[in-house]
Amino acid sequence: MHGLLKLAWVEAKIYLRQPEAFFFTLVFPLLLLFLFGGIFGNKPHPLFGGRGTVDVSTPAYMALIIGSTGLISISIAVSGYREKGILRRYRATPLRPATILAAQVLVHYVMSLAGACLLVAAARLLFGLRFSGRMESVFAGFTLSCLSFFAAGFLLASLARNTRSAYILGMVIYFPNIFLSGATFPREIFPPVIRTISEALPITHVVSLLQGLWIGNPWSRHLTEVLVLVGILAAGVIISARVFRWE
Amino acid sequence: MTAAIRVEDLRKVYSSLTAVDGISFDVAAGEIFGVVGPNGAGKTTTIECLEGLRTPDGGSVRLWNLDPARDGRIVRERIGVQLQNSALPEDIRVWEALDLFSSYYRHPVPWGPLLERLGIAEKRRSAYAHLSGGEKQRLSIALALINDPDLVFLDELTTGLDPQARRSMWDLVRDIRRRGRTVFLTTHFMEEAEQLCDRVLVMDRGRIVALDSPENLVRTLGGETQVLFTVDGKCDLGRLEILPGVKRVAASGGRVTVTGSGDRLVALIVNALDAEGVNFRDLRSEHPNLEDVFLAVTGEVMRD
Repeated sequence: MHGLLKLAWVEAKIYLRQPEAFFFTLVFPLLLLFLFGGIFGNKPHPLFGGRGTVDVSTPAYMALIIGSTGLISISIAVSGYREKGILRRYRATPLRPATILAAQVLVHYVMSLAGACLLVAAARLLFGLRFSGRMESVFAGFTLSCLSFFAAGFLLASLARNTRSAYILGMVIYFPNIFLSGATFPREIFPPVIRTISEALPITHVVSLLQGLWIGNPWSRHLTEVLVLVGILAAGVIISARVFRWE
Repeated sequence: MTAAIRVEDLRKVYSSLTAVDGISFDVAAGEIFGVVGPNGAGKTTTIECLEGLRTPDGGSVRLWNLDPARDGRIVRERIGVQLQNSALPEDIRVWEALDLFSSYYRHPVPWGPLLERLGIAEKRRSAYAHLSGGEKQRLSIALALINDPDLVFLDELTTGLDPQARRSMWDLVRDIRRRGRTVFLTTHFMEEAEQLCDRVLVMDRGRIVALDSPENLVRTLGGETQVLFTVDGKCDLGRLEILPGVKRVAASGGRVTVTGSGDRLVALIVNALDAEGVNFRDLRSEHPNLEDVFLAVTGEVMRD
């Protein structure tokens, strides 16, 4: 346990020294909030069932954070560590191999959570964000979504031959996901065709789960989303466990 | 001497390539033991089987009667490892790396004095990415010594370093042994093996081609010594040709080259010249080195 916390602590410091990971997790969602919040404000609107743009967007931007952390940060971090022989070096110590991976999950989870808290605080202070759900439900939904997308990130790192291909693979999956899922633009404004495509994207389920929990929907109304996310989690873990390479 | 390492009939096969093909050897505690050979000889595969990073396909590997593949955690508490082609995260600071690796072991040594000893104390706040090649190697040795290991593995320690940095690495390795530790290293620099090692295992294409002290290898396999000198005036070369151990005598102008073998070659030649009353000067002898041994046993020139 001591080994895990120490490694996670050092990894967290390293994480914060890397501008790109820092930007996508902590800064970019804030910029989107300032931009779209600034343009549309947070006045209640019939399109959003009497809620404002910021009320709907804030949980969606959380999905954005989860997507970039899982699909880009984790897969690049893990495949980069493999490529440079860092995983190999760690494995030559008494540290358990699982601890090395657990530290990555822990650090990225804490960073995502920090990004989400920052986002909520800014939305509340600047745009009077409204919340009508239950804290623990949103927290649980956020955590499930993180684990699911982190598993997908490990899967990408396992499949990618090197850091470069992990990066390209991550980007190719990430961008359609964030633009077409409602993570950046509300899905309510999409034409029907795009909505259909949107339904097929994994991150759409994170967006609708978090938006639903945010306004206080019961879990029973989001069984599809939960099933999809648990499915991704299981597939990610099972396939990664089989194909993951340490070097 | 107790054996720190015992390898019996070790084999490792990668799909179609047999990287290590049934090798056996022991390493005594307190020894500096070197494995030399060209790239692809199987050096790194061998060291990685000893470190427990790879599982052998055949034979057995024991470190103090422990199997590194099965008793990995106990073994790794007691060994220090410097890996070839291995790095640390670019943004990690030197002190953080040491602090982190300390936490992996049950009985770490204080890392402050370790940094002093390795001459990188003033770099403790530097990021890994900003270290020079030599400093990175020093840090990797510091990390390999953080648990005060009984046995230290150094894989291609000085590859990529300039000659001066290489020499100071050698001093560090000698220092490790002076402290009573066993060192197992691989290198493709013959000079390094000759300078450092008590015993050298010459490997080629996954097999052992020779195993002995550098001096013995050179004596038994290295071939011939050349004795060169200049004579003023006349000299009867026939007298030299019949000396025991002499193979060839050649002269061009006043410069004479005698080729032969045997520990007493130089003495015999000098005595013979004196007995003849020959005026000679600038006498020197050129001894074979491990490079020649390697050529003799493998028929190949070492590829750098």
